[in-house]
Amino acid sequence: MERSNTDSFRHSQYLPFSPTTSSHPSTPLAQKHASLPIPTPTTASSLSGSASTLRYSQSRKTIYDRHLNRSKGAELSKASFAFLFGEMVQYAQKRVSGIQDLEKKLNAHGYSVGQRLLELLVWREGRSGKRETRVLGILQFITNTLWRAIYNKPADALEKSRDHEDEYMISDNDPMVNTYISVPKEMNQLNCAAFQAGIIEAVLDSCMFPARVTAHSVPNETWPGKTVFLIKFEQVVLDREAEFIS
Amino acid sequence: MSFYFVIIGTKDNPLYEAEFGTWKQGGDGVARFRDEQRHLNQFIAHSSLDLLEELQWAGTGGSMYLKCIERFAGTAGGGSGGVVGVAGGVNGAGAGGVWVSVFLTAGNIKFVLLHDTRADEPIRQFFYDVYELYTKTLMNPFYSVDMEVRSAVFDGRVRAGVKKYL
Repeated sequence: MERSNTDSFRHSQYLPFSPTTSSHPSTPLAQKHASLPIPTPTTASSLSGSASTLRYSQSRKTIYDRHLNRSKGAELSKASFAFLFGEMVQYAQKRVSGIQDLEKKLNAHGYSVGQRLLELLVWREGRSGKRETRVLGILQFITNTLWRAIYNKPADALEKSRDHEDEYMISDNDPMVNTYISVPKEMNQLNCAAFQAGIIEAVLDSCMFPARVTAHSVPNETWPGKTVFLIKFEQVVLDREAEFIS
Repeated sequence: MSFYFVIIGTKDNPLYEAEFGTWKQGGDGVARFRDEQRHLNQFIAHSSLDLLEELQWAGTGGSMYLKCIERFAGTAGGGSGGVVGVAGGVNGAGAGGVWVSVFLTAGNIKFVLLHDTRADEPIRQFFYDVYELYTKTLMNPFYSVDMEVRSAVFDGRVRAGVKKYL
């Protein structure tokens, strides 16, 4: 009896992961579970047999049947994001040895988001969408289009470093991702907006502007949570830019 | 009229490949490449990447659709080096030659289409359709950039796009 219980438990664990059922918007969660075949705790072969039916949802909707514009301009609950992000930080924290590692992990999370956002946003521009070929163009795309799509406001400042040719800075006075994150004193080096830095880095990399992006806390009296995203381009980008000018 | 279509990733790796024929003017959608031409198609598509890399940063103003960037001609061609010679040799004298049109996405994924007659506007529409499909593929959290696209639904939709526009 015990054995069969674990079997059915394991089975039901897999069900929600069917890629085509998981995020269908109109099906409430409870109904989705109810409509799924109830696993019969018998032999292993019947389990693997029913596994093949998991590929399609009841409505036979695939990712290609959904509209890319459905979520355009839609707003998400900030609370649910805060919970998810908090969990992400905790999850990463358990698996790293230092602050730098943690930031790298968060950066990697953001990276996969950025790769997707770039194509989605440019696709949404339709015929007027274009590839950015200049440094300033792509930075403006990030501070305006990208920032607006995620945070519904443009970034607060875009600056070029005076001392270093290859460095640019984007500042956000109060990064949304950090709203409910409180960093303990002994970890004051940490800035969880590394996640956001990862998004920026992915966009730059994908557009062939290879760069390293890091997040730094620069608190001041008005804005205790002010964060600066430091962008350091690779030499190839500068060389190409110089060719454009000449 | 026959087409050869390939999606090429950021590391010059093929993600998706297909051959099809025209549906316009009573076509049946079947590609009519000769056997030796079919090998060449991949070769031509690959060699056009070099030229594409130059054009990508040239004064094209960042447009995504680069129509007819190159022509691998029969006998009339020449000037672009050895590749034209090879293509010409197989096509034989007087053969139409092949046009190469490219669509570059923002994330530097290349859609390369080889076609034997010029049709700029239908090809543009076709490319935008594929761009939508590709973006949808990318929205799948289990798919990552530069992964092969194996979905049968994707393939079906691309072919539907061919039927609609080409």
